[in-house]
Amino acid sequence: MNRRTGRTWWKTALGLLLTALMLFPVYWMLNVSLTPDRDMRKSPPDLFPAHGTLDGYRTVLDEQLPYLGTSLVIGLGTVVLTVALSAPAGYALAKLRPRGGGILNFVLLAAQMIPGIIMAMGFYAIYLQLGLLQSVPGLIVADSTLAVPFGVLIFTAFMSGIPGELLQAARTDGAGALRTFWSVVLPMSRNAVVTVSLFAFLWSWSDFVFAGTLVNGGAHEPITLGIYHYIGNNNQEWNAIMATAVVASLPAAVILVLAQRYVAAGVTAGAVKD
Amino acid sequence: MKQTIHPPDHPSAHVRNGAAIAAPPPAPARDRRRPASEQWAAWAFLAPVTLYLALFYAYPLYRNLDLSLRDYTVRSFVQGNAPFTGIENYRTVFDDPTFAPALLHTVLFTGVCLLFQYAIGLALAVFFTQHFRLSATLRALFLVPWLLPLIVSASTWSWMLNSDSGIVNAALHALGIGPVNWLTSPSWSLTSVIIANIWIGVPFNLVVLYSGLQSIPASLYEAAALDGANAWQRFWRITFPLLRPVSAITLLLGLIYTLKVFDIIWIMTKGGPADSSTTFATWSYQLGFGNLLPAFGPGAAVGNLLVVAALVFGLIYLKVQRKQALS
Repeated sequence: MNRRTGRTWWKTALGLLLTALMLFPVYWMLNVSLTPDRDMRKSPPDLFPAHGTLDGYRTVLDEQLPYLGTSLVIGLGTVVLTVALSAPAGYALAKLRPRGGGILNFVLLAAQMIPGIIMAMGFYAIYLQLGLLQSVPGLIVADSTLAVPFGVLIFTAFMSGIPGELLQAARTDGAGALRTFWSVVLPMSRNAVVTVSLFAFLWSWSDFVFAGTLVNGGAHEPITLGIYHYIGNNNQEWNAIMATAVVASLPAAVILVLAQRYVAAGVTAGAVKD
Repeated sequence: MKQTIHPPDHPSAHVRNGAAIAAPPPAPARDRRRPASEQWAAWAFLAPVTLYLALFYAYPLYRNLDLSLRDYTVRSFVQGNAPFTGIENYRTVFDDPTFAPALLHTVLFTGVCLLFQYAIGLALAVFFTQHFRLSATLRALFLVPWLLPLIVSASTWSWMLNSDSGIVNAALHALGIGPVNWLTSPSWSLTSVIIANIWIGVPFNLVVLYSGLQSIPASLYEAAALDGANAWQRFWRITFPLLRPVSAITLLLGLIYTLKVFDIIWIMTKGGPADSSTTFATWSYQLGFGNLLPAFGPGAAVGNLLVVAALVFGLIYLKVQRKQALS
């Protein structure tokens, strides 16, 4: 047995090394975000923020808070819209067996194949006519297209597992389809709601294509554009850029720590990411 | 990996023809048939999403097709008079000197990324199926690159690959290799965006392939070990063949995503320098939004070529998936 523990210790060491390699860019982002301006162009660069400074983060607080606020509003709006659209659809497809449901499923799958740029150009043309460019609701609707097909998929899969007897019982008690959905199915689908919400938020928070085409240069820009403008301005303050990047990564980090289970479930359900 | 959406007793679940997932035609009355009121209720629940699909997927797609068949300028958006030009925009695009390089780069980018993402993802998945301390935690940490906003990953890689102050060139210098102009030389720009995109794609492959590995019965490995098969043989004779269905799905999904990749390339190189890293996705955007005088028509035309490619692979994906669901 001694030999065995020895062998697994070696595997843990290798695992740590591989993870460290994979996460090196993330470490580097942190390191650069703490590097003072004068050391930024040092060759070779410092491997550790020995003379660390929080200047980069100060810049974030001074300049990027509005962007972060906009991203938060858009993220939450996208979550609400995505769940409101996809949960009832998932319930119908899983439990009510509509005629033509298969075709709808096919359309939802095909919808995920459309490149984001094409959607963005289409939205641009439509919003230009409707006067919805540079608007938060417009971007929320566009961002929700990233997650709605995925949401329907997850809800359908999850709600298929709810026993029919329960719905039958609710029906016997005189509840209509809507009551059954609201008081029985939805409370039981808490996990699916969490998974769909997480991904809807994350994808909307990370969206760059829709933001870049639909609200670029407007009063309400999300954090992704905040970073992009920073880089585009040939800004030499890479510590500020990287500090913004670190802050923009916080939702992903929080989600990974608190809800890793849901993330893995989402990915393996054929999760779709642009 | 995926289950069909039908309950097992659904009559169409076992049909093998192309329309297998379409609902069955009205069958002779059976006690399982739902009353008409039920149908109404079902479609009432589906109405929002159906309307949404029509408005926000079908219509933009139609608009894009329309854009590509007309001569659009910014003014025609406002005044609404764009002359119909048929396939003129497509001809413009095919004759454009950028067409051949963009096609080549799209194929190279997609192919090389897929190959490496899959190979690295599979190697890691096999590694993580072994039991050792911290394996679950480390596997979770591998998800980080996939969860980060693309702008974060792209800007981090941009700075790491910076010619003068980047850590990558500093490391190469320590090994005695001269500086490489990763992002600013035409010969390296495509390699740079490929490296960044592989890094982003590995976690997805790892997680999906890992879950596929979980479903291979351990007894097979035990039997093979008794027969004296070594680890290498066990991988090539058991793991790889049994993982084939999951591999097919993973690679097809990866293909569809990779064809669409835009953010990474645009943020790191803008498709440059001199179109050396431009793909159909970035070229389409460049035509439509990247210049002072937008060429909406040609931009939409390039985009539609991408849609057709994605949908073709999407159909193949559906076919593969359905075959697996039935087997």
